[in-house]
Amino acid sequence: MVKYTVKRIGMGLFSIFIVATLTFFLMNMVPGGPFVAEKSMSKAAQQALAEKYGLDKPILERYGTYLTDLLHGDMGPSLKQRGREVSDIIFSKFPVSAKLAGIAVLVALCVGIPLGCLAAYNRGKWADNLIIVFATCGIAVPSFISSVLLLYTFGMNLKLLPVVGLNEAAAYVMPVTALALYPAAYITRLMRSSLLDVMGQDYMRTARAKGVSNFKILFKHALRNAVLPVVTYVGPMLAGLMTGSFVVEKIFTVPGLGREFVSAITNRDYTMIMGTTIILATLVIAANVIVDVLYKIIDPRIKLK
Amino acid sequence: MSEKLLEIQDERLSFFTQAGEVKALNNVSFSMEQGDVLGIVGESGSGKSVTAYSIMGLTAYPGKLIGGTIHFNGHEIEKMTEKEFRKMRGNEVSIIFQDPMTSLNPVYTIGNQIVEVIRLHTNKTKKEAYARAKELLELVGMNEPEKRLKQYPHELSGGMRQRVMIAIALACEPKLLIADEPTTALDVTIQAQILELMQELRAKLGMSIIMITHDLGVVASMCEKIAVMYAGHIVEYGTTDEIFYQPGHEYTKGLINSIPKLNAQGKERLIPIEGTPVDLLNPPAGCPFAPRCTNCMKVCLREMPPRTDLSDTHYSLCWLHQKQQAEQGGKAE
Ligand SMILES: Nc1ncnc2c1ncn2[C@@H]1O[C@H](COP(=O)(O)OP(=O)(O)OP(=O)(O)O)[C@@H](O)[C@H]1O
Ligand code: SF4
Ligand SMILES: [Mg+2]
Repeated sequence: MVKYTVKRIGMGLFSIFIVATLTFFLMNMVPGGPFVAEKSMSKAAQQALAEKYGLDKPILERYGTYLTDLLHGDMGPSLKQRGREVSDIIFSKFPVSAKLAGIAVLVALCVGIPLGCLAAYNRGKWADNLIIVFATCGIAVPSFISSVLLLYTFGMNLKLLPVVGLNEAAAYVMPVTALALYPAAYITRLMRSSLLDVMGQDYMRTARAKGVSNFKILFKHALRNAVLPVVTYVGPMLAGLMTGSFVVEKIFTVPGLGREFVSAITNRDYTMIMGTTIILATLVIAANVIVDVLYKIIDPRIKLK
Repeated sequence: MSEKLLEIQDERLSFFTQAGEVKALNNVSFSMEQGDVLGIVGESGSGKSVTAYSIMGLTAYPGKLIGGTIHFNGHEIEKMTEKEFRKMRGNEVSIIFQDPMTSLNPVYTIGNQIVEVIRLHTNKTKKEAYARAKELLELVGMNEPEKRLKQYPHELSGGMRQRVMIAIALACEPKLLIADEPTTALDVTIQAQILELMQELRAKLGMSIIMITHDLGVVASMCEKIAVMYAGHIVEYGTTDEIFYQPGHEYTKGLINSIPKLNAQGKERLIPIEGTPVDLLNPPAGCPFAPRCTNCMKVCLREMPPRTDLSDTHYSLCWLHQKQQAEQGGKAE
């Protein structure tokens, strides 16, 4: 277990290094720069800024400096939000996105797992068909459409829910719904097919032949086996959502990391792009390790290598 | 005479599938007394498993009992509810399945799975149940039972897993043990060990056994009575000697003849008889074996043969017996 953890951390660090390197060079290959778009600025001023942030140096040297700083935990200053450190921005915005994502994933699990079970238990009946329709819609409808529909219906027309910011509990309802819709639908489908598969297994017949009640057959014998694919899916999905959904954050004016990330890209805020990418990579890798360990806990057949 | 442990009369059971009604069991009748060992043989799809499962109410949707009576250990099975079945399953009657590799839940320990059935049917505490589980593992000949209890199914070999299945089945000392091809999925030496174990346990515990198998060698050595099934009918029923030395039905004769005669040491497996099995969706009007029978007569195609009693313990469903009896009757006059 210890050996496994060490190995995974090592591999994780290496992956982050690769991601950082690729991002760094690709980002610099794209024409343009952080200060080019600012029309009001004179050539000389641009030059001065570039010098200040070291952008006039050769790319390899800049890469070396960035990595050295990164190793010291310094992600550098933001090129556009002048006077603010990238790490400060990330640490002020990340919790907002993470909280929203956490709630959304919880909702998706609480909706998806029971719905999937319900559908599997009523296979071929109307309840199953209804749930499949919901799941298909949830997967097919992009978040910008569901967000706008929600906003329009509950925010504008019915005026039931606040439309801006996250200042009260009710304000979470719409963004969480918009974020949770796709994963909930996906989990429903995963859960349904996986439970159907498990229900056909021989050990379920053994459980019935032992006289186990239907309730215990579902909760003890079936769910633990059936939930494995959901675990695999939820880890990386949570990581993705935690770094913020640009669309949902934009539509509901949520001050999260997703918006920062996208505006950093359009603005060529190099240090911000690097910072957010590294955070995303770290989260995805961490999520995968956690999923592996969870997997091992749920299914003893899994060997951690 | 002792009370019958199991008495099945004219059982008819069908699966109502999308394609139509699959007539899996047609007027199946037989009975067992306490301590009997009955073998059920027949080719794939003949209804062996369905017959046995119906005693436990395990032929769930779309299977439906549409006629006949099943009396087991004082219960009227055809009238029982799911809840009543649950009290009986694993307690008065238990079952061992064909494939031990997949019959245990992979995510729970052996101990957990044995204890589960003990605690379902007794008032034992967790500790007492574990002690009993350990005892059971010893009973089925597993070494280091203490350690085994903590292991997961994937850590055991096929033979050991089947021993665990037997331990689970015997945990509550059932009156009847159903073994559905318990050795088919195991390799030969392990097969012999498991059969030996079953015989030993039967001598020790005295439960009745229904042994479902393709392997005539197994029934010959273990069973006192044999039911031969074909297309959802018991086409012949008798003691082991009667079936082997005076087979009545043409299908049974085919089975006996298909046993490899040389190397009597070797494994005796059925060589399939010429022709294809019956389509249970559209069973023929007459004898189901008619299309494959070398002695088929006109009447066989038209009408189902009636039951002919060949002795007190031996009957068969074949028109040839009727013909013979008529001829004998004619001579006597
Ligand atoms: N769930 C089901 N749905 C529809 N038909 C079924 C179902 N279960 C069994 N049957 C039918 O019932 C018949 C008898 O099946 P059964 O499993 O008893 O055969 P078997 O003699 O045990 O064969 P095998 O040696 O292959 O185990 C088969 O023809 C099968 O098609
Ligand atoms: S009834 Fe006719 S077809 Fe059927 S086994 Fe007997 S002889 Fe053959
Ligand atoms: Mg079978």
